[in-house]
Amino acid sequence: MKPERLHPALDRITRVRGVRGAMVVSAEDGLVVADALMEGIRGNAVAALAGSLAARLARAGAAAAAGEQRFVHLAADGGALLLLPGADGLLVVAVTDQHVNVGLARLEMQRAAEDIA
Amino acid sequence: MADEIRRMTAELARDPASLVFLQLGDALRLQGQLDAAARVARSGLERYPDRPDALDLYARVLADAGNRRAARETWERILTLAPRHVGALKGLAYLAYRERDYDAALDLLEMALSEDPADQAVVLALQTARAAAERQDAEFRVRTGADIFAGIEGADHAILLLDARGLVLGGVLRDLRGLVVSEAVAAYVAGAAQEAERAARVLELGAWQTLECEGTEGHLHVSPPASDTILLVQRDRAVPAGRVALLARRAAAAARAWLEAQAG
Repeated sequence: MKPERLHPALDRITRVRGVRGAMVVSAEDGLVVADALMEGIRGNAVAALAGSLAARLARAGAAAAAGEQRFVHLAADGGALLLLPGADGLLVVAVTDQHVNVGLARLEMQRAAEDIA
Repeated sequence: MADEIRRMTAELARDPASLVFLQLGDALRLQGQLDAAARVARSGLERYPDRPDALDLYARVLADAGNRRAARETWERILTLAPRHVGALKGLAYLAYRERDYDAALDLLEMALSEDPADQAVVLALQTARAAAERQDAEFRVRTGADIFAGIEGADHAILLLDARGLVLGGVLRDLRGLVVSEAVAAYVAGAAQEAERAARVLELGAWQTLECEGTEGHLHVSPPASDTILLVQRDRAVPAGRVALLARRAAAAARAWLEAQAG
């Protein structure tokens, strides 16, 4: 992991319109490694929920022979939670509103994952 | 018919050993005079206790009188004497049909037809039993959810409907080797759906709509088509995520229609 690249990488994600915050999370324990969040977003809750959701989906994916996770998109009425597994057991996470361009956000998350690897 | 019955009655009175009792008993049965028919049949059986036709007559009278158990025993006895007796096969097929055991009825009727291919009654009975078996099969498939997703790509291996507890309601999921993995996957997917609902609520994102997971080998698309139900659509990685979402919408509509039919 390259810590000096964490915040610039997260900042690029948050510049995508509709992204309300981005984080890097330890997938195994759901703890925050770095974040760039708008006010009102609870980083610890996002990290814990993202870690737990990724773990549960990984078990479902393994049972369904879907292979390793590459991207997770939880869409809700008022926004979305995006997860992208990176190296070293890290998870790049973005919280968005409902108008976000998911493809663009994903691209920046992918770049972030590569930058911090 | 009345004249014919009188003639046969007189003939039997003149010659008690006559086999006319077979026609007389059947004529009385067809007239609905079941007590008289039973008396004639029993009288004939006293003289010819192991004659299959006499036993068959008696079994038909018993069946018409609603005594199916005795009728069955009698027809089964005939088959110990004459294993391919058409009357007994038809009689047992009739009982199986009445009990909605259409597979057994079809087996017995096909055996009867192989014995007497010109028997039009057997041909008609076979058509009736086949139609009933098809209706029963269709009812079963609707009831068990086997056909919920009929006509949708992947219906036979990659779409699953489950309840909130992770129990399969319909559809089927197979792994790459073709093995059915519906139950195991359903349990994990229900857990993931619960977590999706919790995450959306805690993060104040509103009600969750879909949970999509792209994997190195395939995509999973999870959604709640109705309250307390979860739909999983799985496609391999060659299928674009947008197309998976489209399939999932069609499958969700089918699931809702099936759930409404179940509720009705």
